Amino acid sequence: MKLLHTSLAALALAGFAGAALAQDPTEIRIQWYSDGIEGEVMQDLLDRFEEENPDIDVVLDNVAYQVIQEQLPIQLASGRGPDIARVTNLKEQAQHWLDLRPYLSDEQVAYWEENFGNRFDWMREDGSDAIPGFLTQLTMVGGFANATLFEQAGVEMPGDGATWDEWVEAAAQVMESQGTAAAFAIDRSGHRISGPNASFGANYIAEDGSPAPIDDGTMEFVTKLVNWTNEGLQLPDVWVSAAGTTYRSGADDFINAQIPLLYSGSWQVANLSTTIGDAFDWVAIGSPCGPAGCSGLAGGAALVAIEYTEHPEEVARVMDWLASEKIVREFSERTLFLPAHAGIVEEGGLEFQSDDPNVPPALDRFVQASGETLPLADQLPAWRWANAYYGALVTRISQAMAGEITLDQARELMDQDIADVVANANQ
Amino acid sequence: MVTAPLTLLARIVDPPLRLWQRWTGLNGMAAFFLLPNMAIFGVFVLIPLALNFVYSTTAGTNILLRDRSYVGAEQYARLLDCANYLEPLTCREDQFWTAASNTLVFVIFQVSLMIAVSLITALILNREIRGRSFFRAVFFFPVLLSPVVVGLIWKWILQRQGLLNLMMVNLGLEPEVWLNDRFYSFVATIGVSTWAHMGFYTLILLAGLQAIPKDLYEAAEMDATPPTRVFRRITLPLLGPNLAVVLVLALIRGVQIFDEVFVLTGGGPGTSTLYLTQYIYEVGFASLLRNPGLAAAASIVMGAVLVVLTLAQLSLSRRSERAGER
Repeated sequence: MKLLHTSLAALALAGFAGAALAQDPTEIRIQWYSDGIEGEVMQDLLDRFEEENPDIDVVLDNVAYQVIQEQLPIQLASGRGPDIARVTNLKEQAQHWLDLRPYLSDEQVAYWEENFGNRFDWMREDGSDAIPGFLTQLTMVGGFANATLFEQAGVEMPGDGATWDEWVEAAAQVMESQGTAAAFAIDRSGHRISGPNASFGANYIAEDGSPAPIDDGTMEFVTKLVNWTNEGLQLPDVWVSAAGTTYRSGADDFINAQIPLLYSGSWQVANLSTTIGDAFDWVAIGSPCGPAGCSGLAGGAALVAIEYTEHPEEVARVMDWLASEKIVREFSERTLFLPAHAGIVEEGGLEFQSDDPNVPPALDRFVQASGETLPLADQLPAWRWANAYYGALVTRISQAMAGEITLDQARELMDQDIADVVANANQ
Repeated sequence: MVTAPLTLLARIVDPPLRLWQRWTGLNGMAAFFLLPNMAIFGVFVLIPLALNFVYSTTAGTNILLRDRSYVGAEQYARLLDCANYLEPLTCREDQFWTAASNTLVFVIFQVSLMIAVSLITALILNREIRGRSFFRAVFFFPVLLSPVVVGLIWKWILQRQGLLNLMMVNLGLEPEVWLNDRFYSFVATIGVSTWAHMGFYTLILLAGLQAIPKDLYEAAEMDATPPTRVFRRITLPLLGPNLAVVLVLALIRGVQIFDEVFVLTGGGPGTSTLYLTQYIYEVGFASLLRNPGLAAAASIVMGAVLVVLTLAQLSLSRRSERAGER
């Protein structure tokens, strides 16, 4: 009888244990977009995480960037969405990010603050001390030149400290010599031209933190840009041939050697390396200079935890694992992204995994450029009204380029657009 | 003998339905059968329409209604605030008026072209020509394509390094950057949307042509009536109802134009191909200057214009039908 009882008890225990083991792991969904190969790298890292943490199943939902920009905000506004997301619109949606602080140990909090703390303000509401996530990459706006085209044209590339005028003039010589479609292109984005605007002395931010009226510094670079486009030096396909705030990149035209100069950003390094291959040599040139400096604009994509997750503790475990120094280092080395991890930046010694000889100097140049940004450029990523400014700039400058409005009208309309956004947001 | 399943079903549902009819009357019965459709229509059309109207009376950047502030007709006032309606730049929402005037011009040209091309194609396909079935399929094929695919195909043809420029270069002609030119871009949006949708309208007109009694044409032939007179006196009047349907549908579709144009030109160059639906999409969803309340107000205004146009069109077609009957 005793044997029977013991056997039954053992069976019951085994049953409970089996049930516990068979319990489904907690599913965490990450909404992710890719510019290059980072989706594959992330999937690989997550597979490793799952091996180490069998109680968590992480699903990486690869979506188009447009989904992140247009559909995610609607999901978030309705209190839904993924558990974690990779986003670039960090500040405006800050109310939807989960504060990881309560789910991290004191030691972990100290690690996060030490290594990512300098950019938490980019992704949390003003005055908050939340830990919403971390930058998967630090981006820096800057230019690329087709070294082969310059060489074939016999035109010397302007060096560090060269002005916008000097770069455009040199690129124009290459255009004439090599018969390219245009001399250069800047991505169709208000964000992209804000570094150059700062270099021409622009200030977007009033003393009280609200948007300042469009000033002469902004108009000086904008006027140049419109004139260069009308003269056929800037590729009109990028800026002119779209309405509203539609984003367009000039990268494809650079990759196809249709322009010798592209002004985009560090996130293009992997893309250029993969798609250009050994078709031609290219170099990163940082940001050309204006009277006030040679500023690009920092930015980045962040992995943020979503407020509406049903599994905040598991989300914190995934986030903390992905934010660990070893993983951030590996992610950066494999994706060719600049890390935003203070410890790694300080320690240096990143071994970027690329056989392309163009890549290491390009990344070095962007690291150098990150030290050349002007105060306005440093403030913009954490400024609430930056998107309002960017939207107004891109919409109205394009109209001026298309000859629909004058530059004076563009200035007036930009001020009106920004004022409308502020008024609407404050209602 | 095995009872057919339908018969069995009829036997089962018949008694309760009869009882229901006795209780509610014939009208109640009709309402009962309409209910499922009305429910679907209500959930997917009426409720969103009402919600859209409510949104248009609110402001703010939040999406949930409970987080938005009521502003009454402020968004409409903003849309309609204009010193001179013929000069969009004098309007508070200049892009709305630019999009509205672009849409008006687009609809006038596109609908005219669409009807003309569809009618000609239907007349040709109605004749006994060799390979008629093949050509019918060819003209209908673009209708099956997704508008995004249509936009991409034509973008590859018309872009700087596109197929058309390649052909022009091969012929020794100067290439043109079609999509950077305001006029060519506008023409391209008309041409592409006509190409994409004409098959559908051709089919409607073809059905109308085939419904015209043959003996009328035989009588005309016996009287040696000239073909142009046959067309004016027989074909056109009898095709009237189909033409009215085509006109109304093409008009509505023309005002709603978005997908293929958005992919093809993005509304550019400048705002020369910015049409109303893209404006609403930009303001409501895509723009860095997002304002869902304003977008909702603009879509209500657009909807109202569509309703007026459709009613006017229907009234005209009914009048012409009555005149035809007399």
